[in-house]
Amino acid sequence: MTVRIQTEDFDAGFEISQLHKNHKDIGAVVSFIGLVRDMNDGDAVSQLTLEHYPGMTEKSLASIINQAKARWNIVEALIIHRVGTLQPSDQIVLVTVSGAHRGEAFAACEFMMDYLKTEAPFWKKEATPQGEHWVEAKSTDDAARERWGMGK
Amino acid sequence: MIIKLFYFARLKETLKYSTEDLNLPDEPMTVLKLKAFLAKRGDVWGEMLMGKLKVRAAINHELVDDNASISNGDEVAFFPPVTGG
Repeated sequence: MTVRIQTEDFDAGFEISQLHKNHKDIGAVVSFIGLVRDMNDGDAVSQLTLEHYPGMTEKSLASIINQAKARWNIVEALIIHRVGTLQPSDQIVLVTVSGAHRGEAFAACEFMMDYLKTEAPFWKKEATPQGEHWVEAKSTDDAARERWGMGK
Repeated sequence: MIIKLFYFARLKETLKYSTEDLNLPDEPMTVLKLKAFLAKRGDVWGEMLMGKLKVRAAINHELVDDNASISNGDEVAFFPPVTGG
């Protein structure tokens, strides 16, 4: 299990290859990469700044991986999340899961993203032509987490 | 008792505080009571902590609700709903 919070970019191909290196029991690797869009809720976004809660963030992401491991038969899991100032099309987050079969790896990857979006202490601030503003949490993200049926 | 407080994102900006050590009366304390205590500072404090905006809290890096108990030496944080990913 690996959790990294960093300002610098990541090489998803390299990270993915590391996740199944030295494993002959892995038949599936599933990854999600989140990117900065240049539009959000109708506003043009020129820049995104990500703040987090050092100490809690790492624990929260490790806990999300542990919950996924308790629920699905996965072999390895990795979460890299960037903080600081990002531009449209920049990578924000990488979640990668490996396992014996694709079904469990797909489910675990989606579960981890849904939990990350609603539990991990990150906050986004967007720069738009109207000025800077904090991004509001979305109820659709809460709904996405609730469907996994584990309460809070 | 003494606790360490952290504020993040919109709360940090509006309250103009990122962290503080706070001396509290030695009586049972919950997240809700702490919010009410801080709201007495007036001005934006009440608005940010007891107003319409949703505020989430963590004690020692765990998300908690308003009824959670706070003890001497705890690290307590207040922040808006999270928006990472």
